[in-house]
Amino acid sequence: MDLAYTEEEEDFRARLREWLAKVLPSLPPKPSPDDWPGRRAYDLGWQRTLYEAGYAGLHWPVDAGGRGATPTQHLIYLEETEKAGAPYVGANFVGLLHAGPTIASEGTPEQRARWLPPVLRGEEVWCQGFSEPDAGSDLAALRTRARRDGDDYVVSGSKIWTSHAEVADWCELLVRTDPAAPKHRGISWLAMPMDAPGITVRPLRTLAGSTEFAEVFLDEVRVPVANRVGAENDGWRVTMVTLSYERGTAFVGEVVACRRVLGELAREARGNGRWDDDALRRRLGRLNAEFRALWRLTQWNVSESQRTGGVPGVGGSVFKLRYSHARQELYDAAAEVLGPEALDLGREWTLDRLSSLSYTIAAGTSQIQSNIVAERILGLPKGR
Amino acid sequence: MDFQLDDDQRALKAGVRELLTARFGHEGLRAAVDNGPALDRTLWRELGEAGFFALRLPESDGGVGLGLPEAVLAFEEAGRVLLPGPLVATHLAAGTVDGAATGETVVAAVDGELVEWLAEADVVRGDAAGAEPLRSVDPLTPLHRVPASTEPDPAAVLRTSLLPSLFTAAEQLGTAARVCELAVQHARTREQFGQPIGAFQAVKHLCAQMLVRVEVARAAVYAAAVTADPLDVAAARLLADEAAVRGARDCLQVHGGMGFTWEADVHLYLKRAWVRTQRTGGATQSEDALADDLLAGTAQ
Ligand SMILES: Cc1cc2nc3c(=O)[nH]c(=O)nc-3n(C[C@H](O)[C@H](O)[C@H](O)COP(=O)(O)OP(=O)(O)OC[C@H]3O[C@@H](n4cnc5c(N)ncnc54)[C@H](O)[C@@H]3O)c2cc1C
Repeated sequence: MDLAYTEEEEDFRARLREWLAKVLPSLPPKPSPDDWPGRRAYDLGWQRTLYEAGYAGLHWPVDAGGRGATPTQHLIYLEETEKAGAPYVGANFVGLLHAGPTIASEGTPEQRARWLPPVLRGEEVWCQGFSEPDAGSDLAALRTRARRDGDDYVVSGSKIWTSHAEVADWCELLVRTDPAAPKHRGISWLAMPMDAPGITVRPLRTLAGSTEFAEVFLDEVRVPVANRVGAENDGWRVTMVTLSYERGTAFVGEVVACRRVLGELAREARGNGRWDDDALRRRLGRLNAEFRALWRLTQWNVSESQRTGGVPGVGGSVFKLRYSHARQELYDAAAEVLGPEALDLGREWTLDRLSSLSYTIAAGTSQIQSNIVAERILGLPKGR
Repeated sequence: MDFQLDDDQRALKAGVRELLTARFGHEGLRAAVDNGPALDRTLWRELGEAGFFALRLPESDGGVGLGLPEAVLAFEEAGRVLLPGPLVATHLAAGTVDGAATGETVVAAVDGELVEWLAEADVVRGDAAGAEPLRSVDPLTPLHRVPASTEPDPAAVLRTSLLPSLFTAAEQLGTAARVCELAVQHARTREQFGQPIGAFQAVKHLCAQMLVRVEVARAAVYAAAVTADPLDVAAARLLADEAAVRGARDCLQVHGGMGFTWEADVHLYLKRAWVRTQRTGGATQSEDALADDLLAGTAQ
């Protein structure tokens, strides 16, 4: 058991820090949350900056255009960029963390050459068209239909909760290619260009007031068969690859951020006198333990994947269950620190408290994650 | 960074588990309960021979020459089987008190207002004057209460309680992992409504939450063993206490009426977990220290 970083890893950290200190001051101002074209430009601009400095696709395999960094280097990257206040992955999330890794591991050489470089260079944005109105937790119940017509699929149906749909160039789309097959076996994974005729995007307003996601209606949209990644009707397996990436390292930077917020909360509480409340102060102390432990669990999981050299495993579900809950606790504690100001949308923590509510729902609800932990790790039987 | 057990650590953990399950398995545990709180001196010496107490003593002093991570793994295994006796006090006395390292001398220690195993001990560290026996809630941990001394300095307490608190956290971790296993075993085999109760989501989710608490606590406890940092220990202790106590309660719930019996082992795990939460470095002290840390700004 070793928590010390090697000389090589420390060297990597030092160079990254130096570069961040140089490049961050020259970033343009952050666009407002509802300025989607502005957000797209900002996020892609940051990705381009990373690309030019050789930090794009750090943990992607070299033959996919990445740098082939170790999981530990990737961890250091996520930690340092967060600490330095660098922009978030933002609109590049699906490209870098879902679609990209899926294409890298399941795509043909042509598909990799077509789609991966623009993601790394900050030229194209992806969105994820998985969920449907009647297929959420039960994703395999999806009904969006793809009918073969010559060299195209003709796709009709609708998707929902599609983050970044308004500004995406591509959509990783799950469709039903064999309606007669058992539900997990008739699904295919397609890359759909978002400017194809027949696509209507209707933004949805979240409870936080902004439009983070959208409904996507598909009316006889033609998608070339060549855009299918993986075999026809093998999309479920391909999807599981994608989801395991989503649960792997997606939250590393956020844990670092939560620890910073916790320190800010303590200082705010001291400033407004609430620090003298024993119960509140101890609650913050307990949250300190919580996020310290979540950081250690992150290091544990990263070391494990470094040893196995593989795709992140179901351990990600353990982490996500605890982290999503802890994040909500953090912002509930923030509300107690703020007192009446917790009702003021002008306070950043109020907005963060609202957005924290999605964490136990998005990317697999806590109930579904609990099922995964119970059935796949503990080996408990499936119910009837 | 390689935050995983290395091969030697795996082997050590497996070795301790083998020894303890052979010498203090389910039958051993029940026999100890039936015999009342008497310490099995033979077992104690065997532990000494196996190096449990001398684990961290340098080889030049006849010890095993290992470090805190290895000691934590051994205490975790002790916690798994609910090994009775003043293990932490004797381990910490090895090298200072004659015969502690070999298991010849049983050492107890005053911890706040409580002393575990006072009457059975050969040597008592701290001031046990005026100690009065309690009717201990845990049939396998006799307890004495000593009069409260003057209010100790919290910083000093945190410093001196670092190792005891870390080893306590390790024992709690072992208990938490074990009760999770017991709950899962029962949930797989006990049938109601024509299916294993583990197929019901309400039961499944209790078990999943138990595992989550174990794994979060494990990361915290092992990290504290590596860094020996007082705040890492405080965090580890909070999470391990929680994992053990809540885990044992959920395990009891999963066992239904059987869980409420003397005959089932579940209550023994819960009671021991309760006893350990009272040791120095528990919830209030750890929370206070971790809260102060937020203002000190070392939280990054
Ligand atoms: C902010 C945000 C962003 C998102 N972004 C995207 C995106 O970009 N692309 C995309 O495809 N999707 C996205 N989603 C959708 C997300 O994956 C789904 O919301 C989620 O999987 C839950 O599905 P649902 O909303 O249909 O809820 P439902 O499945 O209807 O669940 C409702 C309730 O029932 C419970 N439940 C359902 N089934 C079970 C079961 N078997 N056992 C126990 N309880 C159960 C759930 O836990 C939940 O509490 C996003 C969601 C959010 C909130």
